[in-house]
Amino acid sequence: MGELAAEQHAKYILKVEKKKDDIESVLMEHLRINGVYWGLTTLDMLGKLSAVDQETVISWVMSCQHESGGFGGNEGHDPHVLYTLSAIQILALFNKIEILDIEKVSNYITTLQNEDGSFSGDKWGETDTRFSYVAICSLALLKQLDKINVEKAVKYIISCKNLDGGFGCTPGAESHAGQIFCCIGALAITGCLHYVDKDLLGWWLCERQVKSGGLNGRPEKLPDVCYSWWVLSSLIMIDRVRWIDKEKLVKFILECQDKENGGISDRPDDAVDVFHTYFGVAGLSLLEYPGLKAIDPAYALPVDVINRIFLN
Amino acid sequence: MDSDEDERTLLPLSQRPEWSDVTPVPQNDGPNPVVPIAYSEEFAEVMGYFRAVYLADERSLRALHLTTEAIQFNAGNYTVWQFRRLILEALNADLHEELEFVEQLASKNSKNYQLWHHRRWVAEKLGTEAASRELEFTKNIFVNDAKNYHAWSHRQWVLQNLGGWEDELAYCNELLEDDIFNNSAWNQRYFVITRHPGLGGIEATIDSELDYTIKSILIKPENESPWRYLRGLHKNNVQSFVTNPKISTLCLNVLTSKANPVFALSLLLDLISKGFEPNQDLKNAIEVVVPESNSQDSDISVTICTVLEIIDQMRVNYWRWRKKNLHPQVAEGVANLHIH
Repeated sequence: MGELAAEQHAKYILKVEKKKDDIESVLMEHLRINGVYWGLTTLDMLGKLSAVDQETVISWVMSCQHESGGFGGNEGHDPHVLYTLSAIQILALFNKIEILDIEKVSNYITTLQNEDGSFSGDKWGETDTRFSYVAICSLALLKQLDKINVEKAVKYIISCKNLDGGFGCTPGAESHAGQIFCCIGALAITGCLHYVDKDLLGWWLCERQVKSGGLNGRPEKLPDVCYSWWVLSSLIMIDRVRWIDKEKLVKFILECQDKENGGISDRPDDAVDVFHTYFGVAGLSLLEYPGLKAIDPAYALPVDVINRIFLN
Repeated sequence: MDSDEDERTLLPLSQRPEWSDVTPVPQNDGPNPVVPIAYSEEFAEVMGYFRAVYLADERSLRALHLTTEAIQFNAGNYTVWQFRRLILEALNADLHEELEFVEQLASKNSKNYQLWHHRRWVAEKLGTEAASRELEFTKNIFVNDAKNYHAWSHRQWVLQNLGGWEDELAYCNELLEDDIFNNSAWNQRYFVITRHPGLGGIEATIDSELDYTIKSILIKPENESPWRYLRGLHKNNVQSFVTNPKISTLCLNVLTSKANPVFALSLLLDLISKGFEPNQDLKNAIEVVVPESNSQDSDISVTICTVLEIIDQMRVNYWRWRKKNLHPQVAEGVANLHIH
């Protein structure tokens, strides 16, 4: 079996962090804060977070904050709940959540809850269960979950449950592993997993594993390393991870590495990127691959970071 | 577009007379000096001018054209899209032209959240008159990618908010004829029969839907979607699920053919666990799936689990768990055999 090229992946992340002039970085400029969260969390799992200059990162993160309290994807961008979560998660990695004006950030998120319990991403009103997860995860990390109507939020998420036990982006939308992660994560954080048919969903999730050992996100789609996170974390949260073939999945993820230059791609032999590098390493961490820090399946942050927040 | 305009848009912004009063605002990306390649030099210039009008909150026609250029360079920049919406409102712009603009971008940006959200914003403003155009738009996306999640989300929104249900089930039939494995189309079937205001819900459609599903399964028994759909049809009608002879006949047909028996076996397992009693034909068919194994058990559902452990090895732990949880007595008996 192959090995995780940990050194190369850490070098790859650090290289991407520094390089801002290539066309790829320029095109991703508006979601840089997501990229920084993926990169730093990967480094932390690899035990290499100290390779980054904490001060520089934190001051840049704070420069992404909008007057409304929400964060944009980069300096000068409009606020959105997606980037607000990444900001909070990055600060959590450095144990610096306290520098936030907690009330200001919480208020921004709270205003995004709609009458039916769903969440919009920003003032423009796009509604998606992704935003339910992001809002709930953010507020939980800030310990301000009581600021929203949790009951309605949960009710809305349950209304997105489909006949196969999975969840979509809105009521009636096709079950999709990414949306399932968001719904299950939100239900886990709010202590509402008893609303889930774990056996039915667990079976749907374990059926995502295809011959190559990789996981897809919906029936009859190709496997992709990022589903190693969405599917796997969901299975762990509903306590059904035994139902997949772990060894085969580990093998698949390892085959998606570029062992020379570092980084992980969506499937073997494709181009690498930070997004898939993060999900590949996070998936391996969930599979208890040796040498990696454990990651929390609901909060998508290292377990020691979560413990620091909730057990202190 | 006339040739003068063509020439104008090819000039760098710094050389265009209509922009002479504006100073571009550079991206603050930290201290590292940048040596941009040609493409990103043009792009950087457009973004510099965009930041200037954004910070000045200039909601003018020239600003609208600037957002067009910025979006064409990078359709992912959500801040540009949002400012564009503010401009469109301020100018009271023709939103039909806006639909045109999105359509031009759609083929290269069909999985872009910002594009779809913008499209929905425009369609919502236009209201019910936009329904057929929106359905047509998503249809065109499906020609190249019949499972595009964004397009399906948009289509469902259109149906529920703008209407147009009449031909939706027929459209699902079309898509499934093209690709019977299209899980999105199967999901849409369920969406239609449960939400179409004129169809009468599952009760009214279950017979025809069951026939359709059975036909589809027999074409490709290894197709996951129709098996799940079949279960979904009976979600609130276990009685019908267990007693309808068509369903058990389906399982028998699949098991006695050369097709992959996995889904037929798991459906049978579900039927039996809900009280169905298989006849001798079915029992025989199950036992010959893996004839060389010692799978026979007096309890046919135990046999099924054993067979599935062998032929669906990837999910062996799932089938072992099913075996353990069939009936309390069986659970006790196999407790020693269950390996974690």
